[in-house]
Amino acid sequence: MSDALNKLTIAGARDALRKGEVSAVDLTMACMTAMDAAGDLNAFVHPTPEIALDQARAADARIQKGDAPAMCGIPLGIKDLFCTKGVPSQAASRILKGFKPEYESTVTSKLFDAGAVMLGKLNMDEFAMGSSNESSCYGNVVSPWRRGDDATPLTPGGSSGGSAAAVAADLCLAATGTDTGGSIRQPAAFTGIVGLKPTYGRCSRWGIVAFASSLDQAGPMTKSVRDAAIMLGTMAGEDAKDSTSAPIEVPDFEAMLTGDIRGKTIGIPREYRMDGMPDEIEALWAEGRKMLADAGAKIVDISLPHTKYALPAYYVIAPAEASSNLARYDGVRYGHRATLGTGDGITEMYEKTRAEGFGAEVQRRVMIGTYVLSAGFYDAYYNRARKVRALIKRDFEQVFAQGIDAILTPATPSAAFGLGEMANADPVQMYLNDVFTVTVNLAGLPGISVPAGSDRQGLPLGLQLIGRPWEEGDLLNTAQVLERAAGFAAKPAKWW
Amino acid sequence: MSIDIDTARRVAHLARIKVEEADLPALAGELSGILTFMEQLNEVDIDGVEPMTGVTPMRLKRRADVVADGDMQDKILSNAPDAREGFFAVPKVVE
Repeated sequence: MSDALNKLTIAGARDALRKGEVSAVDLTMACMTAMDAAGDLNAFVHPTPEIALDQARAADARIQKGDAPAMCGIPLGIKDLFCTKGVPSQAASRILKGFKPEYESTVTSKLFDAGAVMLGKLNMDEFAMGSSNESSCYGNVVSPWRRGDDATPLTPGGSSGGSAAAVAADLCLAATGTDTGGSIRQPAAFTGIVGLKPTYGRCSRWGIVAFASSLDQAGPMTKSVRDAAIMLGTMAGEDAKDSTSAPIEVPDFEAMLTGDIRGKTIGIPREYRMDGMPDEIEALWAEGRKMLADAGAKIVDISLPHTKYALPAYYVIAPAEASSNLARYDGVRYGHRATLGTGDGITEMYEKTRAEGFGAEVQRRVMIGTYVLSAGFYDAYYNRARKVRALIKRDFEQVFAQGIDAILTPATPSAAFGLGEMANADPVQMYLNDVFTVTVNLAGLPGISVPAGSDRQGLPLGLQLIGRPWEEGDLLNTAQVLERAAGFAAKPAKWW
Repeated sequence: MSIDIDTARRVAHLARIKVEEADLPALAGELSGILTFMEQLNEVDIDGVEPMTGVTPMRLKRRADVVADGDMQDKILSNAPDAREGFFAVPKVVE
């Protein structure tokens, strides 16, 4: 068993730990060995082996006492967006080079209090802005997946690309991600893993580097739906430090995985059938409908009429919030400060620091956000987008009021693309990656990407299920039925 | 809406990001492209719609007005690029 400990699921490892068949130290060592051999993927950018071993030893002691929670002794990767005390937390940006927080994010605190082990920090798109993990100051993450024998390096997706690659390549048992427009679900779909974005307010945002505060949510990226249920249970909960975290009880999500979805009603939104969508995606979606119908669910066509306006609304709201949030990177309190010339004053310090510290995509979004919030344009762009956002949310409320329990859609408009293939594309082309996921953030709903099949080149494809607010348990149950029916078991052939 | 070079320069300055003169035309082009994409929003009838503020209607929480922490000057300054005598240091602001 010892040569495959890093391949375990959270549930499998938990059960083996409780039976005394393995130790947390063994699990951690197996993951660290896999990490050391996976430099080509560039997923882990700040390994923390000493912290990991200390936490693993403490977890073993706790397990021996017999009262260990489910996440105790489970080795995880942590997205670089989470502030981790004393450990570099850079949001993959040059502007936070050298930043070591004096505090721990609420989500990572909860995981570590439950006994989870941190293997290190994971690569991502800079400030979580991107869909291909090509905007990181650490360089690209390379997906463990390839198109058959073709060695072209592929994107793991983004922005949680390091998390997705690390879980898919079995460098860790699971990872934290964050999702502002699809940054958990799109990379999960590209790498054949499960990615859950909880209801907005389910997990505290405190200590997570902010991108767009009304959209950002942390969530688990795991090898199975059951693992997502277990890990979410530990990450979630009200937090006095985040006034938008909801005072809603966190149920035992794992206990809600009954495998029974008879009588549930699944909506199929006609607006998600896009012109030019590959046949394979269309076919996968049809198979998903059939799998849920075979399991006893009722399948109903629905309409979400404002869907096509979600992306433009998102690309007003998210940059607007980002331009405000990223104003704090001024070269004064933390991170990078530009070397100043003679006579340079404080304005030059800000302007040079931010020009040197932010990458091209971040600069672009900060400037778009600045523009749409500037005098004279606030109503035309920002307020209009917020009103369209209200209509997008209302679309969902109306179908849920009609008795829809969950909505099935493709997770992405294509399989993973090659690194660099979008380099000459218009920025808007890259934004289209989020076309199926971004509505969920705008409406604040829970959404999950489940691996459901492969394209003809053998690359994973995902289906997305969207649930009612706060009903992650029900959503996870439907997702597990889909996961089992699809039976996706492929793993990337090891080349790294 | 198309963004000209002067507007691009003004936006860069408002965002406190130094952009070289030679790079302004390309920046103006990119920003214009993105704004054109956003203009689809003008097709939507938004009469009488309130802007969305939150997902679940919820009163903003209030906390007790008490000092919960403090006395951590060293921690706060520990990541500063330039800290002196217990303060953040910046170039001279007032002549």
